Amino acid sequence: MYTQGLDAKTDQGAQPSPRLVTDDEIRLQGRFQARVDAEEKIEPRDWMPEGYRRTLVRQISQHAHSEIVGMLPEGNWVTRAPTLRRKVALLAKVQDEGGHGLYLYSAAETLGVSRDELVGQLLSGKAKYSSIFNYPTPTWADIGAIGWLVDGAAIMNQVPLCRCSYGPYARAMVRICREESFHQRQGYELMLALAQGTPEQKRMAQDALNRWWWPSLMMFGPSDDQSAHSAQNMAWKIKRFSNDELRQRFVDATVPQAEFLGLTIPDPELRLNAETGHYEFGAIDWTEFNEILKGNGPCNRERIEARRQAWDDGAWVRDAASAHAAKRKQRALKKAG
Amino acid sequence: MSTDLKEALFATTLRLGDTSLVLGHRLSEWCGHAPELEEDIALTNVALDLVGHARMLLTYAGELEGKGRDEDRLAYRRDVFDYRNHLLVEQPNRDFGHTIVRQFLHDAWAVELYGRLCASTDATLAGIAAKAVKEVRYHVRHSGDWLVRLGDGTDVSHAKVADALGRLWPYTGEMFERDEAEQALVAAGIIPDPAELKAAWTARVEAVLEEATLDRPADGWMQKGGRRGEHSEHLGYLLAEMQFLPRAYPDATW
Repeated sequence: MYTQGLDAKTDQGAQPSPRLVTDDEIRLQGRFQARVDAEEKIEPRDWMPEGYRRTLVRQISQHAHSEIVGMLPEGNWVTRAPTLRRKVALLAKVQDEGGHGLYLYSAAETLGVSRDELVGQLLSGKAKYSSIFNYPTPTWADIGAIGWLVDGAAIMNQVPLCRCSYGPYARAMVRICREESFHQRQGYELMLALAQGTPEQKRMAQDALNRWWWPSLMMFGPSDDQSAHSAQNMAWKIKRFSNDELRQRFVDATVPQAEFLGLTIPDPELRLNAETGHYEFGAIDWTEFNEILKGNGPCNRERIEARRQAWDDGAWVRDAASAHAAKRKQRALKKAG
Repeated sequence: MSTDLKEALFATTLRLGDTSLVLGHRLSEWCGHAPELEEDIALTNVALDLVGHARMLLTYAGELEGKGRDEDRLAYRRDVFDYRNHLLVEQPNRDFGHTIVRQFLHDAWAVELYGRLCASTDATLAGIAAKAVKEVRYHVRHSGDWLVRLGDGTDVSHAKVADALGRLWPYTGEMFERDEAEQALVAAGIIPDPAELKAAWTARVEAVLEEATLDRPADGWMQKGGRRGEHSEHLGYLLAEMQFLPRAYPDATW
């Protein structure tokens, strides 16, 4: 179990060096799995397999990065929100996302990595964040579409995480999901206002749906037969449902909502299967998904550049805060001594 | 309330609402770009409060005016020369140091003002102030703490905020101006006396500047005009951005 502490500061993506598995370790593994199977929560001080820890660090930090990068496409409309009520709602939403980022980074830190380390990985381009935020928000309707579809898809993914085997992550997700579902309703209400508005507003809403529909479906990740981590993550109860299951749930929930808005989902193959009660939908263009993952999305560069610039421009501020804290400490010591 | 007094109260409420709105907008420009995550959240929080104050104040201003203008009509359908905010708050963000200095000079005024407005003989204004003052107390602590950190931080940060202070100081005089109509409001106990406000503001500002190891700039020529609708070039761009959708789609509701 001591390897846990030693590995803490190493590269989370690297493979662990091969070593002998001891009897002790086999016993610990068995006990760990039994606890997970019994739906007990794993806490930071508990023994856990190195792979479990690494998977969680990767997943939680990617989630945190996504919240932080996700502030940018929506922040893009904060200064242009069309009413003061919308402006306040959007500001509050973006602020919530910053808050989610904060407590997810904190959850990741319970696994022995530091926030600075994780942020460094984001800024260097090494860490991934949700590809959805590499799409642009050219119109106001994009703010509605993000709330409705992107937050909607995120909720499908995240609600099961409230039961994740790792305690700090599960608890963070309870709060996050509550806020996300508020955002989702807000986004839908924004779309409704547009859909019921002038012809230009309706056109704006349809255009946003056209652009966000397929990327939202891609948010659930590759199909089950292509997904690399699924089986182990299911056994560890980090993941509860497969990518395809969650995607299907999302489509089933969202199609009637689009119909209510009077908008058309941009998929000619979409139809309700009366026998299964599920909607069947067309094939996803994974080429686009993979290109965005490689960094070729419409906004990959802008997003990371914006994060880097904020970080670089803020360096003198962070330096000043540390320098001032050091001065205070020194003065207090002098006074005491 | 006499018609004159009501008109004066409308003008004053509009000034307060516009000042909150423009500053809230400026802060919201930071959203996602602050020096650290905690600060992103804090600046957004202050922006939220300020836009919240603006909503209450503009709604009230619209009622006093009695011409059917609501908060959005006032915020989104007036051009530069009809805006009545202080010139201080429309100054651009530039860097975090400028943003903090601008914020502190404003917050130190707002906390003294709203504290006194709680006792206004106008019940609505007193109610708005009672809500705002709780938030503004937090704002002035936040901006004051940062000013101390930056002033008494590194040589670089000291130089940056000293420069910002020199640049923004000439915009502080406007906060304590009053015209005849406002004198009537003071006499009626609706708004506090600007001279008293200035004394309290000065004491507060000087204390923080001292802790921040910053020199108080001399009171030289003061830039004025915002309260009468005479603005800098910056406000037009801010409004162009803010008002884009309602202007581009004048018949739409959102």
